[in-house]
Amino acid sequence: MNALLLELWPLIWIVFKVICIVAPLLLVVAYLTLAERKVIGYIQRRLGPNRVGILGILQPIADGLKLLFKEWVIPTKSSKFLFIIAPILSLVPALLMWAVVPFTQEWVLANIDAGVLFILSMASLGVYGILLAGWASNSKYAFFGAMRACAQMISYEIAMGFALIGVLMVSGSMNLKTIVMHQAGGVSHWFVWPLFPMFMVYWISAIAETNRAPFDVAEGESEIVAGFHVEYSGMGFALFFLAEYANMIIVSALAVLMFFGGWLSPFEGFKLFSGAAVPGIIWFVLKVFLFLFSYLWFRATLPRYRYDQIMRLGWKILIPIAIGWIVIIGAMIQFNWIEV
Amino acid sequence: MAEMQNYTFNFGPQHPAAHGVLRLILEVDGEVVQSADPHIGLLHRATEKLAETKPYIHNIGYMDRLDYVSMMCNEHAYCRAIEQLGGIVVPKRAQYIRVMFDEITRILNHLMCIGAAALDLGAMSVFLYCFREREDLIDCYEAVSGSRMHAKYYRPGGVARDLPEVMPLYKKTDMPSDRRRARFNENRHGSLLDFIEDFTERFPACVDEYETLLTENRIWRQRTVNIGVVDAKRAIALGFTGPTLRASGVSWDLRKTQPYAVYDQLNFDVPLGKVGDCYDRYLVRIAEMRESNRIIEQCVEWLRENPGPVLSDDGKVIKPKREDMKLDMEAMIHHFKLYTEGFCLPEGEAYACVEHPKGEFGIYVVSDGANKPYRVKIRAAGFPHLAAMSEMCCGHMLSDVVAILSSIDIVFGEIDR
Repeated sequence: MNALLLELWPLIWIVFKVICIVAPLLLVVAYLTLAERKVIGYIQRRLGPNRVGILGILQPIADGLKLLFKEWVIPTKSSKFLFIIAPILSLVPALLMWAVVPFTQEWVLANIDAGVLFILSMASLGVYGILLAGWASNSKYAFFGAMRACAQMISYEIAMGFALIGVLMVSGSMNLKTIVMHQAGGVSHWFVWPLFPMFMVYWISAIAETNRAPFDVAEGESEIVAGFHVEYSGMGFALFFLAEYANMIIVSALAVLMFFGGWLSPFEGFKLFSGAAVPGIIWFVLKVFLFLFSYLWFRATLPRYRYDQIMRLGWKILIPIAIGWIVIIGAMIQFNWIEV
Repeated sequence: MAEMQNYTFNFGPQHPAAHGVLRLILEVDGEVVQSADPHIGLLHRATEKLAETKPYIHNIGYMDRLDYVSMMCNEHAYCRAIEQLGGIVVPKRAQYIRVMFDEITRILNHLMCIGAAALDLGAMSVFLYCFREREDLIDCYEAVSGSRMHAKYYRPGGVARDLPEVMPLYKKTDMPSDRRRARFNENRHGSLLDFIEDFTERFPACVDEYETLLTENRIWRQRTVNIGVVDAKRAIALGFTGPTLRASGVSWDLRKTQPYAVYDQLNFDVPLGKVGDCYDRYLVRIAEMRESNRIIEQCVEWLRENPGPVLSDDGKVIKPKREDMKLDMEAMIHHFKLYTEGFCLPEGEAYACVEHPKGEFGIYVVSDGANKPYRVKIRAAGFPHLAAMSEMCCGHMLSDVVAILSSIDIVFGEIDR
């Protein structure tokens, strides 16, 4: 018995670590929905939810319970297997990506060398969930949403990939931990400065990649109602919802890791504030929240792009900028203008 | 494999951007719209037929419910038609009150239109900012008529009652704290006119706020410039009126071209567009709100200095005063007649129109001498605009249908009647 336990121990330990990542993540997702409603509420001179618990603090739990107990209606003429599997296919990659994210120098589930590649491939997988959902629902609205989402996610992945190539060039590694350690030494060493255009390209593509305002044509509330998930109710809808918000968090985390020094304190290298006082995880979470806030801010402010305009922005503006800046980075590295 | 064909697409009647109960059948090739077929009638309430069965004065209430975002303007057209038919003279003060409320209504309508257009294109916050100002104006409606929406305030021969001397305050409830309530009530301590004047002072800054979010916004411009273009000639041919016509560059405003009430004594401009696209229609509406604000200012000034009657003293049409009734036989008879059969109008017909926020809103009344109209025909401002949907949408993308639909500002209450 003991021998068996000893043999299984690494597995149990990994499962424990996975739970330690996924449980807080789902909690953050739940409270991100509340934060969204509150922040947008205050931007729009409303109060947002404030009836469930103090200041509406229990609202996400009430929403979750409601969705859990709602009937999951499956349209008669849908392709049932795909219809059911689609939300799972969209949530799983969103959660899988967290496996390679280093929260601090020590806290990382899988410190693999191809971390960036893994994240990009998982991000590409997410599109299948949306595509299948739109196709399987057998609804014109959903079909339009799926078509839009696919075109958009595929083209923005290219821009996003190019933007990350800049980071890889400067850091010389695909391991996320190494990338962060390259940025050690305070604010001025963060990659966002030499790679500022890349960061802008990355952040715009990231918003498009997650189908959020102003690029939310896949949902297109006022045009195609809810797009690919128009036929989903109950838990199926909840899974899409979770996937969307989990994706928002992961791309924010990625932005922090790639361009804003991950868990590193911005005050490193300044004598007055030594970074040691605050644990790295706090800096990481704070930076991620900053990016998440910008998501909500954009959503409250900007009108929605049209589908073809998004394509134009992606192919004709973002990709050329990214490619151009790659050349410039190459030159900068060649002439030793930036440390590698 | 079967050949790919165009795809028909149901836009509404249950659709978040269908502005009521419009059912638009779109034929799309990919995302490009080939034709749009508006289906109407889902909100048909037979207002015109109902009006034939009711005494003249009862019908005012139905007018509110036609275009339910510009209530008092509808009443104005109806009251003018009756006044024209019956030769009823409206006191000057009532004319000014009507003009002031017409312009308040115009702002109400344009706020709704611009807010909804912004919401349809994804700019959520503008909608709520617009509703913040609408709230104040709706309060004016409430103060003067007791109703926040369907006011029934205008009467043939004037308006129901004079402007109130006190503006109602927010009462103590458990939700807003005392401090917040005090802030809400800050500008409500004077009369209604004080409140409206205060509104006219802060409103231009609010319009600036909407403009900050939209006018120069790249995405907003990309979504609206050159979308749904109608040139001047075509706009006239299609029977466009109001801001939709003026956006195409045609200077036609009934307030200027056929002045009614006291518009000829007021100072205001008619904003014009150039191209006739969604963006111009938006700009014209923004500019019109500023002009309406100017008109309201002038009305407030006049109304402050010129007290007087607000209803005609024609006993055949207007109910007598309570005191007179107790002493005066004739007033007693008038009261009895008015409250049993209403008033009768001489045989004949009349057409009266007003510059409604959406365009020309006209009422055509035929009387056979009875106490109710023989026939009422309503010229809805939005109807020709909706009829042009197919022409405007053709060749644009699916998302542009939403932009065009919200830029022509249709309300189904008046289109289906």
